Amino acid sequence: MPRVSFEHIVKSYGGLNILEDLNLSVDHGEFLVLLGPSGCGKTTLLNLLAGLTDVTDGRIMIGERDVTELDPKDRGLAMVFQSYALYPTKSVRGNLKFGLSAAKLPREEVARRVDWAAKLLQIEPLMDRRPSQLSGGQRQRVAIGRALVKHADVLLFDEPLSNLDAKLRTEMRLEIMRLHDELNPTVVYVTHDQIEAMTMATRIAVMNGGVIQQFGTPDEVYETPANLFVAGFIGAPAMNLKKGHIAKANGGVAGVFETGERIVLDDYAFARAPEEGAPVVIGLRPEHFGAPNAPIGDAAGRFELPLQHTERTGSDATGYLHWGDGLLSHRVEPGDAARLRPGEKISVAFPRGKANLFDAASGERL
Amino acid sequence: MTQLDVTEAAAGATVVRNQARVRRRKGLNGRSIAVLVFLTMCALFFCVPLYVVLTTSLKTMEEIRQGQIFALPETWTLEAWNFAWNDACSGITCEGLKVGFWNSVRILVPSLILSITLAMVTGYALALWEVKWAGTFLFLLFLCAFVPLQIIMFPLIAITRTMGVYGTIMGVAVVHSVMAMPVLTLIFRNFYKDIPREIMNAAIMDSGSFWKIFVEIILPMSGNILIVVLILQITNVWNDYLVGVTFGGFNTQPMTVNLANMVTVSTGTATYNVDMAAALLTAIPPLVIYFMVGKFFVAGITAGAIKG
Repeated sequence: MPRVSFEHIVKSYGGLNILEDLNLSVDHGEFLVLLGPSGCGKTTLLNLLAGLTDVTDGRIMIGERDVTELDPKDRGLAMVFQSYALYPTKSVRGNLKFGLSAAKLPREEVARRVDWAAKLLQIEPLMDRRPSQLSGGQRQRVAIGRALVKHADVLLFDEPLSNLDAKLRTEMRLEIMRLHDELNPTVVYVTHDQIEAMTMATRIAVMNGGVIQQFGTPDEVYETPANLFVAGFIGAPAMNLKKGHIAKANGGVAGVFETGERIVLDDYAFARAPEEGAPVVIGLRPEHFGAPNAPIGDAAGRFELPLQHTERTGSDATGYLHWGDGLLSHRVEPGDAARLRPGEKISVAFPRGKANLFDAASGERL
Repeated sequence: MTQLDVTEAAAGATVVRNQARVRRRKGLNGRSIAVLVFLTMCALFFCVPLYVVLTTSLKTMEEIRQGQIFALPETWTLEAWNFAWNDACSGITCEGLKVGFWNSVRILVPSLILSITLAMVTGYALALWEVKWAGTFLFLLFLCAFVPLQIIMFPLIAITRTMGVYGTIMGVAVVHSVMAMPVLTLIFRNFYKDIPREIMNAAIMDSGSFWKIFVEIILPMSGNILIVVLILQITNVWNDYLVGVTFGGFNTQPMTVNLANMVTVSTGTATYNVDMAAALLTAIPPLVIYFMVGKFFVAGITAGAIKG
């Protein structure tokens, strides 16, 4: 069964190392998302897998095959590009067929596969049109179809949805997930959009500066971010990250923020026992806060702060409170948000067992 | 926004609208008159000599001897055209310009095929594939584009003689192709450079074959630039004199050489009407090509590789 693995990958351009000793492997049928900001090396990694650029050092395996030195077309891959990259002078049918006729398949097999993909993606009425006569969403369907007809073991996606508008993006996201459920190929998907990553992935590799910061399921990455970068990158609105230190009292552990507020950390699963006074960064997810001015049963900390403003994003709303020289964001019910007045002092409680702790110096999770 | 701002903005908008209307209504002003005068003078500069050539070619010699070169012909005749095409003497052969015409066509076709095919494939390789020393090669091509033919004439003669094509139609065609290679390759290379990298990547993942990608994907996208290069090359080759006179053999000289021999007679009288007719006959083919595909020429220069 195809299992994609990168082993000790090094990629450098003119002495500048983009990737350094990178290791990553993903099992058959997984949906791996490479997630990170621009320039983090995720597209480079994808191009290395596709064979469009050569590795400086290291090995790429697909299944039992070492594909490091193989030509792109011999690697058993298909790729969907950000700009669709359809052949402008070929009809939709011609686009789907090109890769197959190049592989010297019999004519009936080519026709059968093209019809199958057309049906699967509902592009049958468009088969004789040129790419310039299609809308963005239709073009992306054709691009996906062109990848699917090859029956490749591994499908690569390079930010395929970033050229689409928000509504189409949601539609295509569901479409790609449906295809993955039906056909179950191994997928490597590059994006900078965390919503795409959270919704589609079975595994996420969060990258920054050419290094994989964390590799895990969407839940792992979200609930237990491995370091400050992942904590800050995943989640919208972002996690509140505030400096403080560890304080031990009466056999319990607490975090003391620079502004003086305390938070109980008795339920936190420390990797190793914390030291008294150790500088830390404490991360609080906005959506874990209780409703404003309402007591919650197992509060770990309580913050009474003046409201700066509230922000409504459709089904959700976020309140921003002045806290030290920064802000504290917390989720509020949209109905409540309308009642809150800027400048008003608001009390919000944070429950036990939800905080994230990071070493202030290294940024690693404690 | 205050009340004042609103009125000011409204007033501004009215002013802009009024200006636009004024500008549209006023057809003639100082500037447009100056442009018109300039354009008229340019047109006259080209049209008057053309008029003289055309009318002279339609006159009889007697009329020409009266010296009124701007007058219209009294008796219109195509006699001079017929003579120039069929009977005029060039050197010792008196078979008219048609010999040169067919020689030119026979030079044109192979030189077009050779130069465009070579330049196109080289440009495609340089632009879209990883070629070792591509930068150096491009720089050399660029330098070569500036080397005048006269400088390398003698070596070229020696080379073509060794190849056994000196003094033949093929010889002239080959020299034309070689001379055109640098510029044409640069043109194709720059055109192909604009083809999105992702399309090329998709094709490489689909097929990976240099020739299959060229024939199926790249060639169909090259229509515009092909027209441009075709016109450029047809005009170049057809209007050439130096290569033809140097590399063409006794009976394989192109139309331009034919024409020159015909016009520069040292004995007898100069037959101006025949000369003019012959000059026009020589100039017609590129003009016809240009009128036929000129529309695409402009489109080809302005359009890139990708539409929509």
